[in-house]
Amino acid sequence: MITLNVNGRSQEIDADPEMPLLWALRDLLKLTGTKYGCGVAACGACTVHIDGQPIRSCQTPVSAAVGAKITTIEGLSTKGEHAVQRAWVELDVVQCGYCQSGQIMSAAALIASNPNPSDADIDAAMDGNICRCGTYPRIRAAVKRAAEIKRNGGAA
Amino acid sequence: MSTNRRHFLIGVGVVAAGTAVGVYVVPRLLGKHEAPFEFKPHSFVRIGTDGSFTVVLAKAEMGQGVYTGLPMILAEELDVNPQRFDIEFAPVDPAFFHPFLKMQFTGGSMSTISMYDQLRLVGATARNMLITAAAAQWKVAASSLRTEDGVVIDAKSGRRATYASLAEAAAKIPVPAKESVALKDRKDFKYIGAKHPRLDSHLKVTGKAVFGSDVNPPEMLKAVIARPPSFGATVKSFDATRTRAVKGVIDVKQVPSGVAVIAEHTWAALKGREVLQVEWDESAGRDVSTESLRTQWRALAAKPGKVGKNDGNVDTALGKAAKRIDVEYEVPYLAHACMEPMNAAALVKDGQCTLWVGTQNQSQDVNMVAAALGIKPENVTLHTQFLGGGFGRRASTTSDFTLEAAQVANGVGRPVHVVWTREDDMRGGYYRPYSVSRVRAGISADGKGIAYHQTVVGKSILKNSVIGKPILDKLGFDPSSIEGAANMLYGFPNLRVDVHDTDETVPILWWRSVGNSIHGFVVNGVIDELATLAGRDAYDFRRELLAAHPRALAVLDAAATDAGWGKPLPAGHHHGIALHESFGSIVAQVAEVSVVNKTVRVHRVTCAVDCGLAVNPDQVVAQIQSAVIYGLSAALSGEITIAKGGAVQSNFTDYPVLRLSETPQIDVRIVDSGGPLGGIGEPGTPPIAPAVCAAIYAATGQRIRKLPISTALT
Repeated sequence: MITLNVNGRSQEIDADPEMPLLWALRDLLKLTGTKYGCGVAACGACTVHIDGQPIRSCQTPVSAAVGAKITTIEGLSTKGEHAVQRAWVELDVVQCGYCQSGQIMSAAALIASNPNPSDADIDAAMDGNICRCGTYPRIRAAVKRAAEIKRNGGAA
Repeated sequence: MSTNRRHFLIGVGVVAAGTAVGVYVVPRLLGKHEAPFEFKPHSFVRIGTDGSFTVVLAKAEMGQGVYTGLPMILAEELDVNPQRFDIEFAPVDPAFFHPFLKMQFTGGSMSTISMYDQLRLVGATARNMLITAAAAQWKVAASSLRTEDGVVIDAKSGRRATYASLAEAAAKIPVPAKESVALKDRKDFKYIGAKHPRLDSHLKVTGKAVFGSDVNPPEMLKAVIARPPSFGATVKSFDATRTRAVKGVIDVKQVPSGVAVIAEHTWAALKGREVLQVEWDESAGRDVSTESLRTQWRALAAKPGKVGKNDGNVDTALGKAAKRIDVEYEVPYLAHACMEPMNAAALVKDGQCTLWVGTQNQSQDVNMVAAALGIKPENVTLHTQFLGGGFGRRASTTSDFTLEAAQVANGVGRPVHVVWTREDDMRGGYYRPYSVSRVRAGISADGKGIAYHQTVVGKSILKNSVIGKPILDKLGFDPSSIEGAANMLYGFPNLRVDVHDTDETVPILWWRSVGNSIHGFVVNGVIDELATLAGRDAYDFRRELLAAHPRALAVLDAAATDAGWGKPLPAGHHHGIALHESFGSIVAQVAEVSVVNKTVRVHRVTCAVDCGLAVNPDQVVAQIQSAVIYGLSAALSGEITIAKGGAVQSNFTDYPVLRLSETPQIDVRIVDSGGPLGGIGEPGTPPIAPAVCAAIYAATGQRIRKLPISTALT
């Protein structure tokens, strides 16, 4: 058995240590907010936080996540009140929505370390997250808005 | 959902008979302790005693916004803020069939157009019945009552009654004839035409939206399929010894699409597939390659095809033309590359099949699964999920991904979820058709476009589709193969479009805007070439050819004005313009582009759209931005190349799509001419490739007649 700390809870899973964290989260722990998009860390749909850092869970074996704090979209906030989620709703970012968990996790990590990201900062932090619906213009605006919400004391 | 909530069905079951919308109603009263999902609701709206409003969505939500826009239409006439609605995906039922296609289907940018009248009538009928109930209760004339966000109000006495409190009485009232139900005047609209926030935002920012990928019925297994390396290949034999030894693998079985590895979870299925030995018979299509097709098709394009459009006398006009061009255009196969790869889950048990799938094509999926399993369609239940992108791929003409899930699950006795890897998805076919065109066009001595003759070569989509086959049989050609060319708005007095249908093994399918994405590029490219030939401005030249279409002129003018067409641009920046009509909407785009060391950078795209009434204008803007980005990905670098009968590309690493840092500023103006409703999911895609290519010509002098730009630019 392997023990993972996911969203503040200790969880036991029966998994091959090489199993990508993505499949452990989705298939074993039924946390399906984290998505599969490419399997080769090229699209960002599977982005979660490990000790606050955004990582691609499709390329991270569960063995590498043991002992770390894993945060998924389900654990980002209890009711969707994280500054990034609020900004996303406010600016109507989503379309199909499939990539948005990953987008939001990348954005949340960005504003946690950078209270006032520039366009270049946003490009750098968000370029690994593909959106086929083309919500990029709104993502760009919403990251700025999320940073503003956070600076003004909103939940993050 | 509350299990003891009482729901009343009011004004239910509006179904279409032909194109006329008729109302049939069996007002039904749910028992106090019955859950609403215990029966098949033939209803678009249920009103709960607790003040809840459940709206049943007949269409699939794939990002295009029907989850918000369609309920807004109903809300307008019902007079309830859509924000109060709970939305459910409809079961497969004639009550929810497409009014014209007579099947449950989402596509062709038709959702709003086809349901607008229907949903208004449903909302208005329900409101009418609620008012009638209040009037009876208060013993006043119904005409003296008004409503306000879910409340019936008697202004004279000050009495108020919520819809919830009136629902039970209203449900017993005979449904009024539609002629007696007044619809709102457009000037009184509260919701339609104003920005309304998406109703699926919260679900999608919290990870709670359930996509096809996320379904989790009890005891479900996961499966992947070892798929053929070339299109048309079949399994000769396989050896699953090593696969069966992988921990978690439950079974290995052959199905029509390959060899399925069924396992406790996805990782075990993938590990099992890695060590599976399959021998394929590739005789059907191993010789097929883009290169060999190109050679054959270029030769075909020089010969006359089946004529789909023939106005005037193009041969005579070309003979008389002062100047003419004779050029070839080519666009590649394209993968839809939805963010969510194809997948479907199925349980086949006791002569019944249950499907959980994100699909655009519910009725056909049910029928095809029933036929394959040898059961009746009524024994197939399909639960529509959120779609992680569709773009046409999830309206498969063969129901391929849903059907194979049923085939894999058949005999297992537990639900099986067949998941596709990105590689499976990208190499699995159903591409936008590869298309080669030869165009001969000419101008008069005074620089007017007088003749256009396009010969198209490509594979028909419709010939393999339930919806399209009768059309093809009737016309003798596939109109979608030439759409956007044969029906172009540009007014050439002499116009001929003919087509050669091809039959390569590569499966093809509608891809966002279908033929329009191909011919919007060809037509606008040729128009630009003719403008240059005439020594004229590309915008003015278009204005002249669009003189008979005031709506198009207004759209073209709006885009040109907003972009500052003809005004100075930053050093090294150039403009290109294009206009295309599709799905009843007209879109013009001006692209501002620079080319430095063969690197194309699109800085800004200025769009204007006339889609008639914009139900949710902010989502119209979102769809145009979306369509531009989707089309720009394809124009810049999108290409599926066929070699040895299969796709060369396999993932986002070799099929690059636009990323945030490459995304231009995209401005959208909605031009409302008062024209009829048009679609909005697709019409923004066709103009972007030609607009960018025109700007590249302005920057470099090179005509891009073959997409993608990345391989064409020298």
